[in-house]
Amino acid sequence: MRGRPLLYVDYNKEQSLFPTIAQKVLLAIGALIAISVPFGLVPGFKFLASPGWLQLLVIALIFMIGAAGLNIVTGMAGQISLGHAFFMGIGAYTTAALSGSSTEALWGMELPMWFGVIVGGLVAAGLGILIAPTAVRVRGLYLAIVTLGLVFIGQHLFRNWNQVAGIAELGRNWGPFQLSLWDIDGPTLDLATDGEWFGFFLPGQGKAYLFMLVVAALFLLLAKNLARTRIGRSFAAIRDRDIAAEVMGVNEAKAKTQAFAISSFYAGVAGGLYATFLGFLPPEQWSLFLSVQFIAIVLIGGAGTVIGVVLGTLFVQLLPRLVENFTGFLSDQIADGTWLAPIADIVIKTGSGDFGVLSLDAQGAGLSIFQANTVLYGLLIAVFLIFEPLGLYGIWLKVRNYWKGWPFTY
Amino acid sequence: MTTHSHVGKRTLADWRHRGGGDYEHLLEFRDVSLAFKGVKALTDVSFHVDDGELFAVIGPNGAGKTSTFNCLNGVYKPQEGEILWKGESLLGKRPDVIAGHGIARTFQNIELFAHMTVLENLLTGRHVRTNVGPLAGALWFGSAKKEELENRALVEDIIDLLEIKAWRKYPVALLPYGIQKRVELGRALAMEPELLLLDEPVAGMNLEETEDMARFILDIREELGIAIILVEHDMGLVMDIADRIMVLDFGVEIAVGAPAAIQSDPQVIKAYLGEDF
Repeated sequence: MRGRPLLYVDYNKEQSLFPTIAQKVLLAIGALIAISVPFGLVPGFKFLASPGWLQLLVIALIFMIGAAGLNIVTGMAGQISLGHAFFMGIGAYTTAALSGSSTEALWGMELPMWFGVIVGGLVAAGLGILIAPTAVRVRGLYLAIVTLGLVFIGQHLFRNWNQVAGIAELGRNWGPFQLSLWDIDGPTLDLATDGEWFGFFLPGQGKAYLFMLVVAALFLLLAKNLARTRIGRSFAAIRDRDIAAEVMGVNEAKAKTQAFAISSFYAGVAGGLYATFLGFLPPEQWSLFLSVQFIAIVLIGGAGTVIGVVLGTLFVQLLPRLVENFTGFLSDQIADGTWLAPIADIVIKTGSGDFGVLSLDAQGAGLSIFQANTVLYGLLIAVFLIFEPLGLYGIWLKVRNYWKGWPFTY
Repeated sequence: MTTHSHVGKRTLADWRHRGGGDYEHLLEFRDVSLAFKGVKALTDVSFHVDDGELFAVIGPNGAGKTSTFNCLNGVYKPQEGEILWKGESLLGKRPDVIAGHGIARTFQNIELFAHMTVLENLLTGRHVRTNVGPLAGALWFGSAKKEELENRALVEDIIDLLEIKAWRKYPVALLPYGIQKRVELGRALAMEPELLLLDEPVAGMNLEETEDMARFILDIREELGIAIILVEHDMGLVMDIADRIMVLDFGVEIAVGAPAAIQSDPQVIKAYLGEDF
């Protein structure tokens, strides 16, 4: 109906993902901007076309897949899982064993990346199914502790299984980040080295970015569809009222198993892509910190919502960059001796004897940038849980509702 | 009742249960006993419910009314006795399997899915009558979309019947108590039940809300032919609408019969009012 965007005469139209014209237009503009990023065409977003920024964005897109997975088990089904890093590690090392190059000390079958990543996801999903019965027995904090245990079991496993994970202190390399049908020497779509695409010169990260944009969009769409159909609703029912859900006909054990399996599949795929993209990782990578990062993404973005996953991932992934730029800015202030210098001097540790909360050289007292980020994640999780349980998505809802009624308050 | 000609062919009216079949009673409790350690919640409770019947269970607090429901739903497992659904035993079956047989329920303290909207709550009730799996759902493939639209049309019929149109898209946690009770009734109806268990549907309601709810209960029975077991403390309502009544006291069945007979039963009067009256 023209002029009445909220009038529906057809359930099919109303239940579509983007029912209004405004949403469709915004989606199209957003997609165009996202696609144009590596080409550096849109004014205002040109700085993103540098390899450094593209690298950050590719990792953010991979994290979006992982976060969408955690959102399924923790946000939708309400089962707190700290074991996400473990499932990512499983996916990564399955990918390594299948698509990595083999040496005397390392397993690697040199199969194409897509095969390794998908099988990695499936193996992780299988382990998720094995873990799920625990979630039927224990809940809440107890489940968090059990899944926390997984991370440490994983760390031990990865550190000692040298054929798969490489030497404990060093790690191993993954196969090339490229698409090939089956034969690794056959025709391939190279996603790692600089080259020309569509008449534009793109850095390798730019190609990887375009590829990951498609893959991440696909995984987010699948998650959204899952959320709005029968199985997604059964997850939410288990989260909100488990006894009532059972009496309504939801099989609790089955729903939790499905949630863990799907979530672990997402984690495995994300792990495989992450490791292949970075190319070389030590076993320490799959630690509790990684799990906490994903918890932070889901809680800050807005638990249970797919748009929250997008917002949360961008926020959490760009945060370290902001902290870095901020500390850089402050040390410039000290060097230039501006009026901000006295304040900056307290925050930044400049020399070995100087006091400062943040230390740039990571030696002696003071937090390193990495540690500062960890503290910030914890702080943000606490702040969001207390003040805005719906996360960034909740803030967006408030802003939208405010302007809907403006200038009235309701 | 509104029909939605443009989506699907089934409407609420098509559900109407005509009853009948190769069984003696729709539901039968035979000497069911339930104990929590030393506390006997139910002792040798026997009753039956037939197709399309409105059967009420009354009794003072702690008499075992909700325990009866929990045994029937499979939430509790009675130590002795037999629960027969169309002649088949329900004992030892999981709650979700029992729900699949066509037994739906509302709760004494509202147990809606608080983070979902009214629509989503009702659609969750369709879980047991549909079968799209995770993969088909995620891919929005095959019957997934068709099923969603069919569910939506049926759920809209229930929304019409219970007059909750205005709240369709509200998160249930924001709704007033009386409306939440109605949504819970709707969620149970969405399961296309043959037997509906109502646990204190008018508790805490004012006169007007009580009369509305009574009308909905009668509508459901008349239009859909669903048998109902009603647990309620509002004696006026129970005496007005029930076909038969069972009275429980401390887990023991003290009378079963038509409302008029129950009202004049000396044992019932004793249980409710005490010895000296």
